Amino acid sequence: MKKLRANLLPWLVAVCFAQAAGATDIGDEKRGADLFRKYCASCHQIGAGAVNRIGPHLNGIFDRKAGSIEGFRYSKDMLRQGADGLVWNFENLDVYLENPRSLISRTRMNFRGLKDPQDRADVIAYLRQFSANPADIPEAAPTALPSEHVVPPEILAIKGDPEYGEYLASECLTCHQRSGADEGIPSITGWPVEDFVVAMHAYKEKKRPHPVMQMMAGRLSNEEIAALAAYFETLGE
Amino acid sequence: MTLNRRKFLGTAAATTAAALSAPMVRAMGKPRVVVIGGGAGGATVARYLAKDSKGALDVTLVEPTRKYYTCFFSNLYIGGFRDFESIGHTYGKLASEYGINVVHDWAVGIDRDKKIVSLAGGYALPYDRLVLSPGIDFVEGSVPGWDISNQDEMPHAYKAGSQTQLLKAQVENMREGGTFCLVAPPNPFRCPPGPYERVSMVAHVLKAKNPTAKIIILDPKPKFSKMALFQEGWAEHYPGMIEWIGPDFGGANVEVRPDSMEVVVDGEVTKVDVCNVIPAQKAGRIAEIAGITNDKGWAPVVPATMQSRMDENIHVLGDSSHQGDMPKSGFSANSQAKVCAMAIRGALLGSKVFPAKYSNTCWSLIDTDDGIKVGASYEATPEKIAKVDGFISKTGEPAELRKATYEESLGWYEGITKDMFG
Repeated sequence: MKKLRANLLPWLVAVCFAQAAGATDIGDEKRGADLFRKYCASCHQIGAGAVNRIGPHLNGIFDRKAGSIEGFRYSKDMLRQGADGLVWNFENLDVYLENPRSLISRTRMNFRGLKDPQDRADVIAYLRQFSANPADIPEAAPTALPSEHVVPPEILAIKGDPEYGEYLASECLTCHQRSGADEGIPSITGWPVEDFVVAMHAYKEKKRPHPVMQMMAGRLSNEEIAALAAYFETLGE
Repeated sequence: MTLNRRKFLGTAAATTAAALSAPMVRAMGKPRVVVIGGGAGGATVARYLAKDSKGALDVTLVEPTRKYYTCFFSNLYIGGFRDFESIGHTYGKLASEYGINVVHDWAVGIDRDKKIVSLAGGYALPYDRLVLSPGIDFVEGSVPGWDISNQDEMPHAYKAGSQTQLLKAQVENMREGGTFCLVAPPNPFRCPPGPYERVSMVAHVLKAKNPTAKIIILDPKPKFSKMALFQEGWAEHYPGMIEWIGPDFGGANVEVRPDSMEVVVDGEVTKVDVCNVIPAQKAGRIAEIAGITNDKGWAPVVPATMQSRMDENIHVLGDSSHQGDMPKSGFSANSQAKVCAMAIRGALLGSKVFPAKYSNTCWSLIDTDDGIKVGASYEATPEKIAKVDGFISKTGEPAELRKATYEESLGWYEGITKDMFG
C-alpha cells in the first residue's frame, strides 16, 4: 500500500497543479471521448446511470480496487490482481490500455490495446472526469452502446431455450472457448443476453464485418439466437 | 454355416468378454458407446457423449497412441512456427474429468451381428453404438514406385508424428540449392489446403536457410484449394522458388524411385533431394474391416446423424466418412462429432434431438503473419450434407487483416483442442 501511495503522489500533485491552472496535463478529454466511443463503448458504459454490460461500468475507476464492482463477473486473473492490491491509477491504466494482457494475463477484455501514448492519455483524461475526486460525475446521460444496430423489441423479448442453446453452442465452441479464455478469438461467455442478441443480429445483417461470424449468424433464426444468448449468459468462470 | 473372419473374431471376442465381465460390472445396465480413433472426430464425440449424458452412458475410447499429434498445425511445426510438443495432446482429462474409459490399443475386428469390437491386445468391447473415426489410410499403388515401406526415404507426413519430424529434418538438412518435391494427392483427401500450406512452410524454411533451393509440386489436379491465394502468396514471398506442375504438364503421370531419389514426370527423370509423397487416400482400415465402405474406399453416412448407410448401429466421422460437401478436415470432424453425439444420446437415452448443423473453416499460413481462410456452413439433406453458405479470403488483402486471420487460427487451435481433449 505504501508503495502505491508513493507511485500515486507525483501524479496527484500534477493533477492538482493542472486543476489550479484550469487545465489538465493528462490529455485531451474531448478527444478521449471520441476514442472512448470508438474503442470502449461497445462494452463499457460511463456517466450518470451507467451500468455493467459486457464490461463493468467505469464510473469512479480511479482509486478503485481492480475487479471490485459487485455483481460483475471478472476473470480470475483480474480478481487475483485486485486481491493482491492492484488499485487503478494513471500508470497502471496506461499499461493496461496499451496491452491489457501485459498487466492481467487472462483478462476477459478482448482489446488489442492503444499503441499511441497520446491516445491512451486522452482516454484516461476522459475517464478521469467520471471519478469522484476531484471532479463530480457530470450529469450527462451515460454513453450508451454505439447504435450500430437496432434490434426490434419483439426480437429482444424472445425467451431462449437454453437446452437448444447448449446444442447450438457446440458449434461456437470449436473456436470460442467455454472457459472464456481469449487467445486470438474473443470470449463470448457471460455476456448480457441483450448484447449477445444485438451482436448476432448485426452479424446476420452484415453490419458487423467478420465473414465467419456473418456466415454463422446468417443461418440462425431469431429463436436460435435467443437460445444461444440464454446459454452463453450462464457460462462463466 | 461357414466360419468367416468376422464370425471367428466374434466367438473369440465373446469368450474374452465373459472373462472380463467382473471389471465391467460398473457399466452394467448403462448403454455402451465405443469410439474408435481419438482425433478430432473421436475425442470430440467421446467428450460430448460423456459430458452431456452426465454419466448415463458408458463411453470407451480406443486409440493406439498415448500422445496424439494433430495433423492440423503440423505444417506450422515444419515451418518453425510451433514446437513439436505444442501439437501433442494426451487423454488424461477425458479419463479423469469425464469418466471415459480410454483404451490404448488397436481395434482389429468388428462383429456387427454381435456388436463387439475386438482389440489387438485380445480384449473385446461390446457396444450398443459404435463410432468409427479412424482417419485415413493410403491407397496402395496410387503413386507408382512408392509404398508404405518407402516412408523413411520419401515421407508422407500426412499422419502427424514421427513422419512430420522426419520430413522437417530432411528439409532442414537438404543440400544447398537442392530440390524439394511434393507429390500431391488426387481428390478427395484429408485437408485440401494441406499440401499447399506445407509447400509454403517448406519455402519459409528454405528462404532463410537455403535460398537457392527449389520446390516442385507434382499435382494430378487442375486446381486446388485456395489456389489463387497460395499462388499470389508464393509470388510475393518466395519469388522463383516454387514450380507447380499440374496435369497439363505431366503432374498426373508420375512415378517415384525412392532408392535413387528420382521422380519421373511424363517419362522425364528428375533427381530430387527431398520427396514428400502424399498418396491417394481412403477410409481408415477399420472401416473397411467393418465392411461399411463403398467401392471408392469411403464409408457412406446418413447426413442427419452420421450413421453408416450400411449399419444403423455404427456412426462414421471425419475423414473416413463419405457425406457430401464438407471437406475432410479436423474442423469438419469436430463439427460432425457434435451432431453425432446428439443423435446417439437421442437414440439411447431419449434426449431431445435438434436439426443437424455443420460448419467448417480451414486456415492456412503462407508466410509469417500471412494467414488465409476458407469456410462454409452445411445442412443435412436426405442425399448428402449440403453446403449452405461460404466465404474465402480475398487476394490483395491488407497485411493487417492477414495477420488478424493468422492470430484467429491460433485462437481456433486452442479452442478446438480444448473442445477435443477437455
